[in-house]
Amino acid sequence: MAEVKTHNFSAASKSSILDPQLRRALQRVGTGFDGARREAIQEVTPQVWEAWREQARQIKIHTLDNLDYYLEMLHENVVKAGGEVHFARDAAQANAIVADIARTRKVRVATKSKSMVSEELDLNRVLETMGVNVYETDLGEYIIQLADETPSHLVAPALHKTKEEVGRLFSQKLGVPFLDDIEAMARVARETLRQKFLQADLGISGANFLIAETGTLVIITNEGNGRLCTSAPRIHIGITGMEKIIPSLRDLAVFLRLLPRSATGQRLSSYVSMVTGPRRQEDEDGPEEFHLVIVDNGRSRLLGDPALREALYCIRCGACLNVCPVYQKVGGHAYGWVYPGPIGSIVSPVLVGLNRAKDLPHASTLCGACREACPLKINIPHMLLHLRHKLAESPNPDEQSPTGAQGLLARGYVRVMSSPNTLAIAHKVGRILQKPIAKKGRIKKMPLPLLSQWTRARDLPTLPPKTFHQIWKRELSRESEDGA
Amino acid sequence: MGQDCRTKASLFVTCIVDQLYPQVGVSVVRVLRRLGVSVDFPMDQTCCGQPVFNAGFTRQGRQLAERVLRSFRHSQYVVVPSGSCTAMMRVFYPELFKDDPGLQRQAKELSAKVYEFTEFLVKVLGVEDIGASYHGAVTYHSSCHLLRELEVRDEPRRLLGKVRGLQLKELPQVESCCGFGGTFSVKYPHISEGMLADKLANVVASGAETLVACDMSCLMHIEGAISRQGLDIKVRHLAQVLDNQIPSPSTKAH
Repeated sequence: MAEVKTHNFSAASKSSILDPQLRRALQRVGTGFDGARREAIQEVTPQVWEAWREQARQIKIHTLDNLDYYLEMLHENVVKAGGEVHFARDAAQANAIVADIARTRKVRVATKSKSMVSEELDLNRVLETMGVNVYETDLGEYIIQLADETPSHLVAPALHKTKEEVGRLFSQKLGVPFLDDIEAMARVARETLRQKFLQADLGISGANFLIAETGTLVIITNEGNGRLCTSAPRIHIGITGMEKIIPSLRDLAVFLRLLPRSATGQRLSSYVSMVTGPRRQEDEDGPEEFHLVIVDNGRSRLLGDPALREALYCIRCGACLNVCPVYQKVGGHAYGWVYPGPIGSIVSPVLVGLNRAKDLPHASTLCGACREACPLKINIPHMLLHLRHKLAESPNPDEQSPTGAQGLLARGYVRVMSSPNTLAIAHKVGRILQKPIAKKGRIKKMPLPLLSQWTRARDLPTLPPKTFHQIWKRELSRESEDGA
Repeated sequence: MGQDCRTKASLFVTCIVDQLYPQVGVSVVRVLRRLGVSVDFPMDQTCCGQPVFNAGFTRQGRQLAERVLRSFRHSQYVVVPSGSCTAMMRVFYPELFKDDPGLQRQAKELSAKVYEFTEFLVKVLGVEDIGASYHGAVTYHSSCHLLRELEVRDEPRRLLGKVRGLQLKELPQVESCCGFGGTFSVKYPHISEGMLADKLANVVASGAETLVACDMSCLMHIEGAISRQGLDIKVRHLAQVLDNQIPSPSTKAH
């Protein structure tokens, strides 16, 4: 499984926020992607969009409620089309399945189209260790593979890189002169990768959708690399999470409308590839073997918790990242694992273990912009709250968050708030304590651990002489009696 | 005793208004009374429990929520000058008591009768013009829970639109969060400050002299930076703006 650094969110986010280059790169997210998404919604009208969202959500609800049934149907139909299905409980098992296929078929070169699940499994490293040369062929993925980095966005993996950085990277790694023209760089990548497509024995793809009724794997790309990966090499392995399944091709239609619009604002992606089994006798090309690896790797834990199940409705469009004010500030790497942003803060803790990702559910103001942007209406803020509750009340001290000290604070807060009398006393005590630090109704520096964080960049108001309770009692309550 | 057929509203003033901004509560009461509402204030109220609930402490949140259920059990309407506290009561209380049918029933009753202040004016009382006047350029910040948990989008604008002398300036990126987020602001101050800086830059860009919102927590956050940077921008709860009456302006708002 990919290296987990989710425990480090606090420190990582601090350094990301200071990175001026990252800040520039992240500006594209809000205006670029999200702007295009909003325009696309306006074009179809918000009413129609809403109807699509609801339709897609209902399909996902139904499919995940009957996942065993559809997995069996899918299995049957992939086999009927001449393919093989492998179920993997965890990352190690999934990697072993792919490694085994590569070993027994003497694979030397593999090309890959974009797959977040393979990032999750750290599949490239496993294949490389056994001597297979793996080439990412999605341009963004290719860039970060050359840079030996991980993706920072669900649909734009190299979003954190500026074009100058990519130009330098290409000249270093590919031995070409420095280029700062995006088109020229794309041409270089294309020429390099074209060779790899011709050499590859194995093509690895992810899947945006799996169609149970026909045993079809659907991928959506803009570069055409997916089609080459799935058709040129003699073996094709599709690898994906078990939640990608939908019942029928009819159901696919609404997702083809939602996904590109939500991701990039496109009406339709440049390529929609549907793969059903390996090459048939009458086919002119296509792989000799087709394998589908369906990965659990912690997803059944999401499935098993009714409060978290809808995280599995996610179609990885990245819209929640693009609107998230926290993601916009810290970028994807700070989240410490493959899935960043709001949806990542739900998925990662459950997949890697709550004890390793305690900070992520708290890395949100619960503003709800993610839920509003999500084409599946996934209630991310409420799930973040659910995870916070799980963390705070976990019997496992390793998982507990906030820490014991903050638990004491919470209990102290409830004690103060347990009656208006204790609150009134707290107000009086606060009035006395604030005297030495208050100036003109403001506190500029708070000498307490948590509140000192507040006064780093903001003033605090002082407690006024009277609370509303007191004002009501003395000045306002009589009017109410008069009126009644 | 004659039958009183006036609308009766119990005020849940919120702990932040009670402790730090009591004049906001005074404005709420005055505006409601001017509209003929009979206002009462259950004296045993404190906090809705949101700060501890959002930090993850469900049990503690439930303790405070139970107090609220008791205090407002017999109210006809409950009016709250905060989108986020209203969301806590309307959206999260029923969830909080899902394992206790008795309390959940009470929570659902409360959920059905609790209204955020501007929502109460427009949806329940059916008023938009309450004869207020406020001179100057004002911009409105849409607080997140008001917007996305309660879906109150237009009501505050409609009320502001009817205030004499008020020039409403659109706030760029009006629907983006100010970065407060309760404990978020002290747990991740660096991110919170970044979001706050964006919000403040937009407030300045709007050209408004006064920033208005329906949540004192967001306003405390933004005001904290305005004050730190010595900017000349006033901060008001929407109730305070509506409390400014024509022809004789009422007592100083803040």
